[in-house]
Amino acid sequence: MRLPDKTCTIEAAIARIPDGATVMVGGFGVPGTPFALIKELVQQGQRNLTIIKNDANERGMGVDHLLANGQVARLITTHIGLNPGAIEMLNAGDLTVEFNAQGILAERIRAGGAGLTAILTDIGIDTDLALGKQRIEIDGKTVLVETALRADAALIHAERSDIFGNLGYAATARNFSPLMAMAADLVIAEAELVLPLGAIAADAVQTPGPFVDHVVGLSELSKEYAVVRR
Amino acid sequence: MVARAAREIEPGIVVNLGIGLPTKVVDHIPRDFPVCLHTENGLTGIGPTLTPEAADRNLIDAGGAYVSTIPGSAFFDSAVSFALVRSGRLDLTMLGAFEVAQTGDLANWKIPGKFSPGAGGGIELAQMAKRVVVLTDHTDRAGNPKLKKTCSLPLTARACVARVFTDMAVIDVVPGGFALRELANGVSIAEVTQATGAPLTLPDNDIPRF
Repeated sequence: MRLPDKTCTIEAAIARIPDGATVMVGGFGVPGTPFALIKELVQQGQRNLTIIKNDANERGMGVDHLLANGQVARLITTHIGLNPGAIEMLNAGDLTVEFNAQGILAERIRAGGAGLTAILTDIGIDTDLALGKQRIEIDGKTVLVETALRADAALIHAERSDIFGNLGYAATARNFSPLMAMAADLVIAEAELVLPLGAIAADAVQTPGPFVDHVVGLSELSKEYAVVRR
Repeated sequence: MVARAAREIEPGIVVNLGIGLPTKVVDHIPRDFPVCLHTENGLTGIGPTLTPEAADRNLIDAGGAYVSTIPGSAFFDSAVSFALVRSGRLDLTMLGAFEVAQTGDLANWKIPGKFSPGAGGGIELAQMAKRVVVLTDHTDRAGNPKLKKTCSLPLTARACVARVFTDMAVIDVVPGGFALRELANGVSIAEVTQATGAPLTLPDNDIPRF
């Protein structure tokens, strides 16, 4: 037996995302943001997207290209403070933004990836984030029902992948990626290194290959991946 | 104020330093002091901040600063990072504030119509860290008190703040409201009382200076 080869061109992988799709995008700031996959999504121009990402990157980087290109109807996120353009779009009514507590966004995605319906938590129960959410009582304690999140597609940046899609992440580039890689119907991973089967030790795999549909090798890294000089 | 706040850190604990002023506390922790710093984007054991030339493009803290590892550091995903926060493993967090109420309510994430970046991990840090302290200027830029009877801005978490470090004083939140503990050098009791928007209980003994 051998494990199947999932390597794919970036064009063919991104072409599977339709208009109106919900798309999870890994990354926290620059580390883990799949800039090449986002660029291809901008070039193909799918519209009316719901984007789920921790942040909106910075102006002129990553998710901001999708926003500036008018492709995003809705953003599910935790913090957009480093992208004034996103805040302007929010204030102007050009973008619907749903804010989450950061760890609750992570758990909603993890629940979606684990086939669960929702999680129960008291996080944010005294805040505006609780508005409109169902409350239930468990053992005398009131908690919020936070629904699980799944997406039509997830765009993931890995430092390394084998041709089957066993993924490994670098340093703080891990963040939301292993969670999102379990929570979408179509998982596209870009990798800085695409390796033969067996090149990643079984106990070093951080996302197991069965979760991944397509592996896209990056022949070079654009400037967006580099250290940001502020 | 920042140096005084650094002395709040007990040996052996796990600490998260929030974005802004609290981040500067790290410069006042002695190099061989035993403490584990956590950042919510997925690292425990934060090492010194690096220049862009020396930085690893994949290694930042939650505020986006390029940091480093130290012997014993660990990386993890965002779910694990907040499991640590919510399960009681985070001993202390130091946060910034727009407003702190005399009940310990904290508002630090939203000024409706003006500033709506989202709370990031701030709600969980404020609600679930075992001890929450705030570092802030005593008044806002217009001179209005930031320590108030009630918060007028949207809350981050209710009744979470234990202590506030400002440029004027160290103030505890106790069952009766704000209690003055220490004064900055050159600041009088009258001045700090005047700059505080809620009653301030004074200690019976001499007030330490910092």
